[in-house]
Amino acid sequence: MNLIVAIKLVPDLVEELKINEEGNFLDLESLRLRVNEFDEHALEQAILLKERGAGRVIVIALDGEGVEDALFTAAAKGADQIIKLTGNTMPLVSNHTLARWLAPVIKSLQPGLVLTGVQAHNDLDGPLGPLLAEYLNLPYVGYVAKATMKDGEVEIRKEYPGGLAAEMEIDLPAVLGIQAAEQPPRYIAFSRIRQAMKTVQLEERQIPDPFIEEPIAIARLFQPEIGERAEIISGDVDEIAARLVDIFTDLDLL
Amino acid sequence: MKQEIFVLIEHLQGRVTDISYLMLAAARGITEKLDGNVVALLLGHNQRALANDLAADRILYFDHPDLAHFTPGAYQRVIGSLIEENKPRLALFGDTSIGVEVAGPLSARLNLPLVSYCKSLRVENNEIKFTSQICGGKLMAEGELPSPTALVTMIPGAYKAEQGRSVTPGVVVQASVPQLDKHPVRFLQYIEPETGDVDITKEALLISVGRGIQSKDNLEIIQELADALGGVVCASRPVVDQGWLPATRLVGKSGKRVKPKVYLALGISGATEHVEAITDSEVIIAVNTDPLAPIFNLAKYGATVDLLDLVPALTEAVKQATVKA
Ligand SMILES: Cc1cc2nc3c(=O)[nH]c(=O)nc-3n(C[C@H](O)[C@H](O)[C@H](O)COP(=O)(O)OP(=O)(O)OC[C@H]3O[C@@H](n4cnc5c(N)ncnc54)[C@H](O)[C@@H]3O)c2cc1C
Ligand SMILES: Nc1ncnc2c1ncn2[C@@H]1O[C@H](COP(=O)(O)O)[C@@H](O)[C@H]1O
Repeated sequence: MNLIVAIKLVPDLVEELKINEEGNFLDLESLRLRVNEFDEHALEQAILLKERGAGRVIVIALDGEGVEDALFTAAAKGADQIIKLTGNTMPLVSNHTLARWLAPVIKSLQPGLVLTGVQAHNDLDGPLGPLLAEYLNLPYVGYVAKATMKDGEVEIRKEYPGGLAAEMEIDLPAVLGIQAAEQPPRYIAFSRIRQAMKTVQLEERQIPDPFIEEPIAIARLFQPEIGERAEIISGDVDEIAARLVDIFTDLDLL
Repeated sequence: MKQEIFVLIEHLQGRVTDISYLMLAAARGITEKLDGNVVALLLGHNQRALANDLAADRILYFDHPDLAHFTPGAYQRVIGSLIEENKPRLALFGDTSIGVEVAGPLSARLNLPLVSYCKSLRVENNEIKFTSQICGGKLMAEGELPSPTALVTMIPGAYKAEQGRSVTPGVVVQASVPQLDKHPVRFLQYIEPETGDVDITKEALLISVGRGIQSKDNLEIIQELADALGGVVCASRPVVDQGWLPATRLVGKSGKRVKPKVYLALGISGATEHVEAITDSEVIIAVNTDPLAPIFNLAKYGATVDLLDLVPALTEAVKQATVKA
């Protein structure tokens, strides 16, 4: 069975996020991208299923800066096939568009299970998974923290607020939104990634349907006022510690 | 004709969840300015009583055995046909384990625009504007909600649940449930949260650690600080996902809502899914090397130093202070 993982790159939040001159989008020039954290969990969950005999892992991503690194990293971790979707792409395309582009390609790969990250922090038009599922005419369940293959089904653990969860079973093929893999995403030494670059074939596929869905128009993108309420305590660590002790004392905690 | 705003009421184990009341509050904020009705959609089985405190003009109650627990197929079927027939101005869903699974597929199926991570809605020049919080709380995006019908998924933060509760609920109408076909997703059972050594929802002082602690070994100095202060250690999701602390210590959307006197956030960025559960804390103190970390928007006090440097110094200072006292 084919376990298909769709990964996408998102702005790295460790970096300062600069806004363009029009004030309505990120400044793409200065942007540093990384693989969406939850997509890494989706990949990890797929590899765990593969290791338990579920089938082959195929990873697919839209072309763009850093995508090849991400795909070879996935191969080094255990993906059997890596595919780059090329064409007139752009960074940070909307999920409705991305789902339209991915769906026919994924369909041609005869998916048994499609794993996506439950969300990405810049999904202004909703996460990818549910849209992809609909264009594939497959069921979708998200907030998944565990998946086990049964005969023709996948049994999953879906998270609800407050620590509550539900067990559900889903007929295959299906699309999942992975919140957390059963174990943290594995780390792979850079030498293994380099090795994958030499030995693994990177496949390219054309975007089958160049149709672009109208994205949600942003009139204004801005940073919320920082420190509107926080009083930033200055000084060296001892001075800060002394001030915090005063605060704890005033609050009757010491 | 009056424009309608649909609100999908989410409920779990016989209780309406907070996000449902927040959405009713958001919807009422709009109908006060524009001529419109708030229509709550309640799907369940023998659960009509859940309609009793919903602040809506009208409550459509759909009763069917297959609606006893949330499954995406049945919800999509009921709400999809309702939207198609009534063409509301807006349909509001929680940005949650339930709402996202209804709004997303329906957006694709009915070819309707979807705006997610929406924190607040307002009316300006007869248009409805959204403000969404993206990039883990680092950015806000504002725009106009497309007409004639838009789907929206909402996050907490701008409205209070009380504003969506009412002692005089709207008219409850028993609505007819469309044919529910066999769907590939089946609910099996709930798994109750673990109960642990401590109940972090009841602690007065929480020392909360995030990915900024970098390794499990560093938990040792955190525990020393907690011992000196007489507090309890809890954490953000990455720390729990790594297995460094048990799930009983998780604070956030998928963990516990806490309301301590002091919440000391160490190396926590302040992502939406974390902060939504700490807003009832009396005083939040944040330590984070990134001065732009969203946690500082909520904190009363902050320090932009390395927590690994500060924590030992703070433990020492606390010990000194307690010796003196
Ligand atoms: C459906 C869903 C549910 C979720 N539920 C939860 C939940 O219940 N609880 C939860 O917490 N998260 C939850 N999340 C995850 C959430 O989106 C964030 O990913 C998470 O809260 C980030 O945790 P963090 O702040 O510890 O890590 P990061 O966001 O990685 O932040 C680490 C911070 O530490 C700072 N830092 C690094 N080193 C140091 C240092 N030496 N000294 C001081 N500061 C330092 C950095 O500047 C950074 O701001 C959920 C996500 C989803 C999609
Ligand atoms: N958890 C990980 N497992 C495997 N490779 C990783 C991981 N994190 C980062 N990398 C790769 O290591 C290289 C450097 O990543 P970074 O340190 O994030 O800049 C990149 O090629 C990444 O794809």
